[in-house]
Amino acid sequence: MVETALRRPPLAGLVPPPGDAVVLAPVPPAARFILRVRPAAQTAAGEAFGGPLPTIACRAATEGARAALWLGPDEWLLISPDAPDFTALAGVPHSLVDVGHRQAGITVSGPRAAAALNTGCPLDLDEAAFPVGMCTRTVVAKTQIVLWRTAPETFHVEAWRSFLPYVCGYLAEASREFSG
Amino acid sequence: MLLIACPYCGERPEIEFAYGGEAHIARPADPSAMSDEEWAAFLYARTNPKGTHAERWRHTNGCGRFFNAVRDTVTDFFVATYKTGEPRPDLTPRSVV
Ligand SMILES: [Zn+2]
Repeated sequence: MVETALRRPPLAGLVPPPGDAVVLAPVPPAARFILRVRPAAQTAAGEAFGGPLPTIACRAATEGARAALWLGPDEWLLISPDAPDFTALAGVPHSLVDVGHRQAGITVSGPRAAAALNTGCPLDLDEAAFPVGMCTRTVVAKTQIVLWRTAPETFHVEAWRSFLPYVCGYLAEASREFSG
Repeated sequence: MLLIACPYCGERPEIEFAYGGEAHIARPADPSAMSDEEWAAFLYARTNPKGTHAERWRHTNGCGRFFNAVRDTVTDFFVATYKTGEPRPDLTPRSVV
């Protein structure tokens, strides 16, 4: 018997919060990798990926639709609409893990986006403390996420797929408070 | 909320961190040459001070890295944080109020 695997987009089946104070939307499907590499090979790794690896803590760098998010001192989350060609890294010590099936992303946007996230995330999301381009692993309620501010009122939220219904449901519920 | 200064990410809320026990405990190079008492002491005996304590923390919901902290066990005040591999900073104990 053949069983068909279905890929459900994030937010599938979720009742969206009313109004436009907080808007939840899925991000397009993308290839995702976790790259760990020492400083000596970071330039080569960035060239293979097609975009620079940011070396400042908790910052993201974009090149077209490609994004490299600093997660740790030798660790990046790479997001790309197509599969990059990493063969140039063949002789270079590194760890490259395809996490495209593990996690997916949504955007949380709108004038009360930060307030909605702050119902479950303890970080200071004021623009002075968490400016556009900042990214980090953190938590929403009981789940770990990657949070990336892509615009003053827009956040990219990555979560593991099995946790996404919880994250989206939590944020949708929290957003109702700001929909009046 | 208690803020802990991750050596990589800066000040972050305590909820992002996980405690990792006492720091600077070197694993013996040759365990099979040790007596049961010495091995048990390595495994279980800790200083358990009242006052400043060097301990491991991990920024689990952040950069994911282990680092060390000197914390006052009486006040829960974080005196210093530093990267794994660096020596324990020479600090005079903070007086307990
Ligand atoms: Zn950190």
